[in-house]
Amino acid sequence: MSAVADTHAQDHHHGPAKGFSRWLLTTNHKDIGTMYLIFSFAMFLLGGTMAMVIRAELFQPGLQIVQPEFFNQMTTMHGLIMVFGAVMPAFVGLANWMIPLMIGAPDMALPRMNNWSFWLLPCAFLILVSTLFMEGGAPNFGWTFYAPLSTTYGPPSTTFFIFAVHIMGISSIMGAINVIATILNLRAPGMTLMKMPLFVWTWLITAFLLIAVMPVLAGVVTMMLMDINFGTSFFDASGGGDPVLFQHVFWFFGHPEVYIMILPAFGAVSHIIPAFSRKPLFGYASMVYAVGAIALLSFVVWAHHMFTVGIPIAGQLFFMYATMLIAVPTGVKVFNWVATMFRGALSFEAPMLFAVAFVILFTIGGFSGLMLAIAPADFQYHDTYFVVAHFHYVLVPGAIFGIFASAYFWLPKWTGHMYDETLAKTHFWLSFIGMNLAFFPMHFLGLAGMPRRIPDYALQFADFNMVSSVGAFMFGATQLLFLFIVVKCIRGGKEAAAKPWDGAEGLEWTVASPAPYHTFVTPPEVK
Amino acid sequence: MRVHAQRAGALLGGLMFPAWSMADWTLNMTPGVTGTSNEIFSLHMIILWICVAIGVVVFGVMFWSIFAHRKSQGHKPANFHENTLVEILWTIIPFVILVVMAIPATATLVDMYDTTESDVDIKVTGYQWKWQYEYINEDFGYFSNLSTPREQINNRQAKGENYLLEVDNPLIIPVGKKVRFLLTANDVIHSWWVPDFGVKKDAIPGFINETWTRVDKPGTYRGQCTELCGKDHGFMPVVVKAVPEEEYNTWVAEQKVAAQKERELTQKDWTMAELMERGEKAYQTACAACHQADGSGAPPAFPALKGSPIATEDMAAHIDIVVNGKSGTAMQAFGGQLSEVDLAAVITYERNAWGNNTGEMVTPKEIFDYKNQQ
Repeated sequence: MSAVADTHAQDHHHGPAKGFSRWLLTTNHKDIGTMYLIFSFAMFLLGGTMAMVIRAELFQPGLQIVQPEFFNQMTTMHGLIMVFGAVMPAFVGLANWMIPLMIGAPDMALPRMNNWSFWLLPCAFLILVSTLFMEGGAPNFGWTFYAPLSTTYGPPSTTFFIFAVHIMGISSIMGAINVIATILNLRAPGMTLMKMPLFVWTWLITAFLLIAVMPVLAGVVTMMLMDINFGTSFFDASGGGDPVLFQHVFWFFGHPEVYIMILPAFGAVSHIIPAFSRKPLFGYASMVYAVGAIALLSFVVWAHHMFTVGIPIAGQLFFMYATMLIAVPTGVKVFNWVATMFRGALSFEAPMLFAVAFVILFTIGGFSGLMLAIAPADFQYHDTYFVVAHFHYVLVPGAIFGIFASAYFWLPKWTGHMYDETLAKTHFWLSFIGMNLAFFPMHFLGLAGMPRRIPDYALQFADFNMVSSVGAFMFGATQLLFLFIVVKCIRGGKEAAAKPWDGAEGLEWTVASPAPYHTFVTPPEVK
Repeated sequence: MRVHAQRAGALLGGLMFPAWSMADWTLNMTPGVTGTSNEIFSLHMIILWICVAIGVVVFGVMFWSIFAHRKSQGHKPANFHENTLVEILWTIIPFVILVVMAIPATATLVDMYDTTESDVDIKVTGYQWKWQYEYINEDFGYFSNLSTPREQINNRQAKGENYLLEVDNPLIIPVGKKVRFLLTANDVIHSWWVPDFGVKKDAIPGFINETWTRVDKPGTYRGQCTELCGKDHGFMPVVVKAVPEEEYNTWVAEQKVAAQKERELTQKDWTMAELMERGEKAYQTACAACHQADGSGAPPAFPALKGSPIATEDMAAHIDIVVNGKSGTAMQAFGGQLSEVDLAAVITYERNAWGNNTGEMVTPKEIFDYKNQQ
């Protein structure tokens, strides 16, 4: 009698529920991780479609496809969707899947909150995307939404945009609390802080950044809400406010935000490069300290986004020096990755290809970042395509390639099948060529004087814009191949071993592939 | 017939392939024509070469590993994973390079911030979507609008050489003089940029920013607004003509006389036909960007004027919204932007164009009195 009841109870706890309620009500970190990843890829395609509209309009001078009003909505929504809908949720998805597996925990520390923080996201983006169909159109003031363009002069849908940002912020903060609680409380016995895998370290630091700055973003959009609807004048000089205050508050959030989008990729790449170099990561401790230093510095460099607003020279100098200083820890990380590869036994499966491209191209983005840090030179670069080139070089081959590398690296663990290596390499090379073709010419356009966020341009910019558009179409179309590869891998393929990569290290490779629905019910011992 | 075919071909070619007719593959920043822009250019080149040098070393080691240390070549992995000396060195060396770089950057920045002892002061005001230049010691000023025809933007006409970088009234400055710019904006934030001068500064509503330049070479220099400022952000270029000092002085004298004449026009007796003619022109430059040439607007941000209560009913309300604007919306106060004559002409035009046949007119004198009563 009691044996029957026990079996029933075990069935209930050990298998996923059936149907839609499995996904709606799940508290399982693997299910939630999967949902985050699917959601982020859907947003990546949506934001990418908007990028295609932008590049199609910029293919030639003149207005062909869209009018300036709609063009501005496209640039704004592309930025918002890619930052908040594609990159951030993708890393939260990876965190959900991998952090418990890497630290030997049975699940995230706060599983119900985990469910809620995911399901808030589709709601937030439903609101944000619905603004496209509202009277007056979607937000059209750039993803940085500078006041007073976004307050006094914003479209009526701005209030919906603010509400969506609030919901995303709540979701991110809850996700971050969950990551911190999991890492600090649920590590396997013997796993001290300085034995944690780097992906876990970088996510721990990222989570603290999120908790520190998402409330600042919530604050700045609330001030906008008050200015728009309740007659305050935070950002309106005629009522005693200051439009530049908006930029200070926004970038106090915005600069740590760019590290939120890159630090987890640093962590993932720090697993992938040693695995395919068959050699331990060089300088583990300095990697941890470098990430910590980058995170701390990220709080004191925000005004380098504002060198032309007229801050006093002392402020200008402070922010220039602080920004240049970030190159030191970032350099340390790049040197460490290269030293890890040096004298290894390298092989180039898809995760490694993406990781090596990450190091090279992210470094190029870092170089242009160093150039932008030189305040006098920034007067020429600021708000031109040079800046667009810079942040796409750190975000596309940085964050996005980091996510692709992670996906290929851990897909065998998630699905139990090997992905199609030939197709994955094709995906890599087409992405690599398309991405460089799209974004490298933007450096030249910016230096030649093309401002960003313009729907039409002078004739001397025509050639490189055409090249850039061709590259962007190529990059965009290639991502459908990624969808195909992943679906194919989920449906079948060569059986994956528990540890499909001979050089890989870590607890996640000690469980079967695919990872069972519940793992590490009894914690493993770490020596 | 053949001539027509050729012309059509040329037009089609100009429309389809402006890229090839104006081929330009500029790769680098312009050194420009001022001391500041030259200093910026040399900073840019120094930091660029530093990056290239670091890149060659780092990527060199990496590519060496990629070629020589492959598993498929049978390379056995080493097992080292730290080296304190190397790690300290590659922290300190970049730091030293940065300090060396910061020194000339600081010197240039200090120089760029020195706006004292200027010879000419010009107030630059950003509007959606045009620039206003006021010669504050000379008592005159004017607006500078994009002069590229709409037909070129909409691909119905071949694009000209300075497509989108041409204006009706360029800013005129004397060569060899230190010109100080006082920047502000009327509505949203704009940014005034001339790459050849190495000058870019935000124009912020309610605040005044300062910057300066000294141009030694006469010529026409072109730039654009570089802060997203709404719909026509891409259509508000900056054009500056630097001219020899005598030419500049003659031009200033002419402008002062013209400004005086314009003020006298307020006292003239205007007929309906004269106001309509002037009103149409003023409407095209000041109002059509939002309310459209045919008065149809772009609701809800920019309401239609054709058949609207404002333009067909109470005249006082109409004058009020044009002169004082409407707070909380994109409707600017034109009282300070347009002369009394243009205000009267625009209002008269709006009340009688596109079928708004009210038959009513308002004279510049009435506008003058209205403004004085406020």
